[in-house]
Amino acid sequence: MNVRRSLAIAGLLLLVVGTYMGLFVAPPERHMGEVQRIMYVHVPSAWNAMLLYTFAFGFAIASLWSGKPEWDDRLVGAVEVAVVLNALLLVQGSIWGRATWGVWWDWDVRLTTSLVMLLLFAGVLTLRRMASAERRAQWSAVATIVAFVDVPLVYYCVRWWRSLHQIQSSPETVDPAMVIPLRLNAIGILLLGVAWLMARAAIEKARRRRDEAPLPSRVIVKETAHA
Amino acid sequence: MRVVWSILAKDLLLEWRERARTLSVVLFAVVTLLLFSFALGPDVEALRAGTPGFLVLALLLSSTLALNESFRIEREDRALEGLLMRPVGSMAMFYAKALANALLLTLLAPVVVGLAVVLYSLEVGPPALAGLVGCWALGAAGLAAPGTLYAAMTSRLKTQDVALPILLFPLVVPVLLGSVKAMDLVLFGDAMNQLQSWVSLLLAFDVIYWAVCGVLFRYAVEEGE
Repeated sequence: MNVRRSLAIAGLLLLVVGTYMGLFVAPPERHMGEVQRIMYVHVPSAWNAMLLYTFAFGFAIASLWSGKPEWDDRLVGAVEVAVVLNALLLVQGSIWGRATWGVWWDWDVRLTTSLVMLLLFAGVLTLRRMASAERRAQWSAVATIVAFVDVPLVYYCVRWWRSLHQIQSSPETVDPAMVIPLRLNAIGILLLGVAWLMARAAIEKARRRRDEAPLPSRVIVKETAHA
Repeated sequence: MRVVWSILAKDLLLEWRERARTLSVVLFAVVTLLLFSFALGPDVEALRAGTPGFLVLALLLSSTLALNESFRIEREDRALEGLLMRPVGSMAMFYAKALANALLLTLLAPVVVGLAVVLYSLEVGPPALAGLVGCWALGAAGLAAPGTLYAAMTSRLKTQDVALPILLFPLVVPVLLGSVKAMDLVLFGDAMNQLQSWVSLLLAFDVIYWAVCGVLFRYAVEEGE
């Protein structure tokens, strides 16, 4: 069994167990009640989106440093997975916000910065689509590094500005029955994310090789005949 | 440093010779300010309260025009390729272009701020006016650094006019927030001594992006492997 498939299966298993524990084993939160259970996917989505943006930043530096296209393949995988998790994070946060604050959206700094972060990295993917093949890797890396400077803002803004979000809890202040499903889901999403990243990088590599390969003779014949 | 000044002088000379282009950026900022006023209605109190936001949005929208133009002239006759073939460091080229863009955007301040004072009946003395222009200049510097880097890339795209705002606007949200808040405190009082924090945020953004974009500029303008 290859590494990618093993990671995906392990991640899926952990996610199923963690979600079951979060829904049926962990106690309800004292103030928010049952709705707090969305935390078991919301917080892992946030952690892993941040982690994958950090991977993308590392890949971007490696891509510029070495000039090897493999780093760019990984970069696009990391950014795409992180963007999906970032979008899920906002949807889950919106549902949670409606139940606890009574509104779908609040201009809370961390929410707003998460949205800005999504737009920033969606911009990286847009630029990538627009760029020519020779410039795609360099420009993607440059835009990723520039966008990543925004990421610490997301993490630390809860301390920098007033925010509706609570200050991050530590495991010591949280019931162990809540900590375990949270960690299982976090690791599960991470493993799934890495498997997805690897799959996406493999697709990008195949696409690059296809583009670099000489045109098949039948295509040239067809185009010549057409002309 | 001499190279930076030479390219900066070249850019400023070009701006001076093609004054119509510079004037079009000024007019665009003025029209934007007027449009915001029409959109909100003739309520002077509401217009006055919204002044910082209108000013910064006028700056932000005009910046895309100025940044796109600054690289369009470099693309004509392949002037940028010519510059890159000379023993001119790409970092020096970045700082010269970014300084020229920051200067051009800062020069909009007297016109647009002056117009806002008249249109919205703002009662401001010279210190507050200087404060507004200072906040504008910090905001302009924050837009110029990443804007110059991104404009260098997007100027090679057919979708240049769309690509630059998509990339730049989310990035400069801290500049927008910082400038609006700082201008608001300058205009309407700073009872809680918050101005320094917002100015520090703007300065931090400026320092980080002027450094990062200076390093990355060569990858934006030079051909890939």
